[in-house]
Amino acid sequence: MIVNALLRAEEISRSYGDTPALREASLSVTAGEVLAVMGPSGSGKSTLLHCLAGIFTPDSGEVWFDGRRLDTLDDGRRSELRRTAFGFVFQFGQLVPELTVADNVALPLLLGRTRRKDAYARAASWLERLELADLGGRRTGELSGGQAQRVAIARALVTGPRVVFADEPTGALDSLTGELVMELLVALAREEGTTVIVVTHDARVAASADREIVVRDGRVTDPYASGVGR
Amino acid sequence: MSVPLALLGLLEREPSHGYDLKRDYDTFFGGGKSLPFGQVYSTLGRLARDGKVTAGQNEPGDGPDRKRYAITPLGSGEVEAWLAEPVAAEPYLHTVLFTKVVLSLMLGRDAAGYLDAQRATHLRRMRELTEIKRTGNLVDALLADHGMFRLEADLRWIDITQARLGALAEAVRDR
Repeated sequence: MIVNALLRAEEISRSYGDTPALREASLSVTAGEVLAVMGPSGSGKSTLLHCLAGIFTPDSGEVWFDGRRLDTLDDGRRSELRRTAFGFVFQFGQLVPELTVADNVALPLLLGRTRRKDAYARAASWLERLELADLGGRRTGELSGGQAQRVAIARALVTGPRVVFADEPTGALDSLTGELVMELLVALAREEGTTVIVVTHDARVAASADREIVVRDGRVTDPYASGVGR
Repeated sequence: MSVPLALLGLLEREPSHGYDLKRDYDTFFGGGKSLPFGQVYSTLGRLARDGKVTAGQNEPGDGPDRKRYAITPLGSGEVEAWLAEPVAAEPYLHTVLFTKVVLSLMLGRDAAGYLDAQRATHLRRMRELTEIKRTGNLVDALLADHGMFRLEADLRWIDITQARLGALAEAVRDR
């Protein structure tokens, strides 16, 4: 176990009906670290991400965030934590198509009751950092895949989260665009001191991280914890 | 890497001194390893002997060799043919990785553990190459990309093999 972990799972298990997805999985992530979660399809890596992010609660085991037990919080508190301390980037962006790019980026702040003017100012600043300043008024359906993922990154970072969870963030992009998106996500997270947990089956994405763990049949292999990765 | 052909190719741009050829070779193809001057001049000597380059007169100045070398039509023809010819696909399939996995399975040792360790080692190298891509020039990035794609191919093999270890173990023990 890593001392001073920001986020920690201790022997968490989770099943879907009779099918186990996670089996006593443990891991620790420190503040500012970029961790890649690798593994074949259906291995349980997305379930692990969802448990760490408080979207799912494990059937057994514990999840700790910043010294607080996460898995025993009620739905409302977990939801608040997700909105204030966590950011999310998914494979297909999951932007709101009826809203403009600026609306999408400002949305997490507006939901958190930031004043409208401040929310849009912060959204504009993030769009500029992601070289999207000219696209603020566009509908998200008009964007390319790479632009949409950059908007998703801006939306994930706009609240100043402690942790960004990214689930196959480059899975729908070509290699070059995927590489640029990942480069931006990691560079900005490092500038902000944000922890990133990225689920991927892509070795190039994993190579952008500080270290990787492998999930296989719901079990976590950490080559660094066991020493083989050194 | 064929040093004579690479030097011939560099000479096709313009006649050059040995020193300039060595500098350009190191920049584009050296990969951090410098080509010795002795090898440059002995190679140029052989190319001149074979009629693929001509050596000009010694020019005034400091340094061991002030000759300017130029490529001949014979040399240009050789470069043209070489550049157009595809490189043979890797002839060997039995790599060290493969041998270690098969032997581990035969001997009932921890093949999965070995594959995990190998994956971590490959990813560590990919991290180094990613850093080179991030901080280096375009030539460095291109070379790093080449290395990364090869490592990726190994990693895909490692993943597929790991998924089939049970069946492979049976197949190996049954033979």
